[in-house]
Amino acid sequence: MRYGTLGSACAALIRRDLLLTWRRRGDALNPALFALMVVALFPLALGPEPNQLMQIAAGIVFVAILLASLLALDALFRSDYEDGTLEQIVLSPHPLPVLLACRIGAHWLTTAVPLILVAPLLAEMLHLPSTVMPVLMLALAIATPLLSLLGAVCVALTVGMRRSGMLLALLVLPLYVPVLIFAAGACNAAQAGLPFLAPLLLLGAGLALALVLVPLACAAALRISIS
Amino acid sequence: MHSQATADPVPLLSARALAFSRNEEPIFGPIDFSLHAGEVVLIEGDNGSGKTTLLKVLSGLLLPSSGTIELHGEALTMSRLSQQVALMGHLPGLKADLTALENLEFSIGVFGLRAGNTPMLALASLGLQGYEHVAVRLLSAGQKKRVALARLLLVPAALWLLDEPYANLDKEGIDLVNRLLEAHARRGGAALITSHGAYAFTSGSPRRLPLRPAA
Repeated sequence: MRYGTLGSACAALIRRDLLLTWRRRGDALNPALFALMVVALFPLALGPEPNQLMQIAAGIVFVAILLASLLALDALFRSDYEDGTLEQIVLSPHPLPVLLACRIGAHWLTTAVPLILVAPLLAEMLHLPSTVMPVLMLALAIATPLLSLLGAVCVALTVGMRRSGMLLALLVLPLYVPVLIFAAGACNAAQAGLPFLAPLLLLGAGLALALVLVPLACAAALRISIS
Repeated sequence: MHSQATADPVPLLSARALAFSRNEEPIFGPIDFSLHAGEVVLIEGDNGSGKTTLLKVLSGLLLPSSGTIELHGEALTMSRLSQQVALMGHLPGLKADLTALENLEFSIGVFGLRAGNTPMLALASLGLQGYEHVAVRLLSAGQKKRVALARLLLVPAALWLLDEPYANLDKEGIDLVNRLLEAHARRGGAALITSHGAYAFTSGSPRRLPLRPAA
């Protein structure tokens, strides 16, 4: 008789999610393609003036990535809920918040990392000065896990409802606003030659807080959703 | 794990004055019953009498509104319950894009593995040789059910809670479920099953637990 350890459970969960993404690797590119299209709309609407686009480049990149990660959120717990796997995960003998943290981590790896990788291309399309690029990448590295975590709470709350897509967006977007302000703010400050460290540190503080609290909140919300 | 003889005086599971209400509306109970190692009990009740809800309460997915549940004579906690209890619900709990084997390996990682069993052996004993590496999406409803049953054979839980285990199964599959239940009971396990059709449990006469909608 061998009971599963927490380590083996987390490893099994992450391996499963990566395998599922690999089986549907075409779908995994969709958020990045979506962000690419949103960014491509702006030069079409505003005209291809490099000076004009340069001014708003960082903001547009963040809005595009924020919308793309919003669209990817529904995949977080929905399929597990619909096929009954979520019940099995809740019934496992391990602390649910730890398992959910792994689930969210795997979601970040499979949806946000492609977005981070495509971000330099997005910035280049909008003529973002290359000196701002490192700040943009750093801000994305801190902001995208925070977006995944904040979104996860809202998904956990709405997963039991049918057709919750619009409700999910209405719940999630207000929570994303501070992330957008600080992340885009850091890039704008760097672009203007001002100190940009403070907004990044605030983002980091938010991420630390969310890493601790979100798995607990998700566990509570999911228990309510499946009851 | 201590060995459990069928004459073990401490029941594997006992419920006292167990009741569940949703939004002030009573779903079932209060009911009292106990389940000893080596027993298979059939929960009987009409649609809407709360059979599925009872299994969810006993598995720990739902908190009872009143009453207590004891496992081996000790009040249950989430962690104690889950190592002893395996639930098979209406939904198979399988990922459609993974193969049968990969699904079982995920369950083993999360729940652990019963001594002396492997995923390949479990699938073979359910008549799924040759389907180990087929995506679950491509299996029939009955075959999916068999994969879910294979999971029960692998996890170390002593108490099986099976919601409609006979649904979607052919005659042969129904016999298979009965054989699995008998073998599990002989090993000192116990099972609570719900079914619309008493026809299904052909061998022996299981104890019956009638469930009526709460007044």
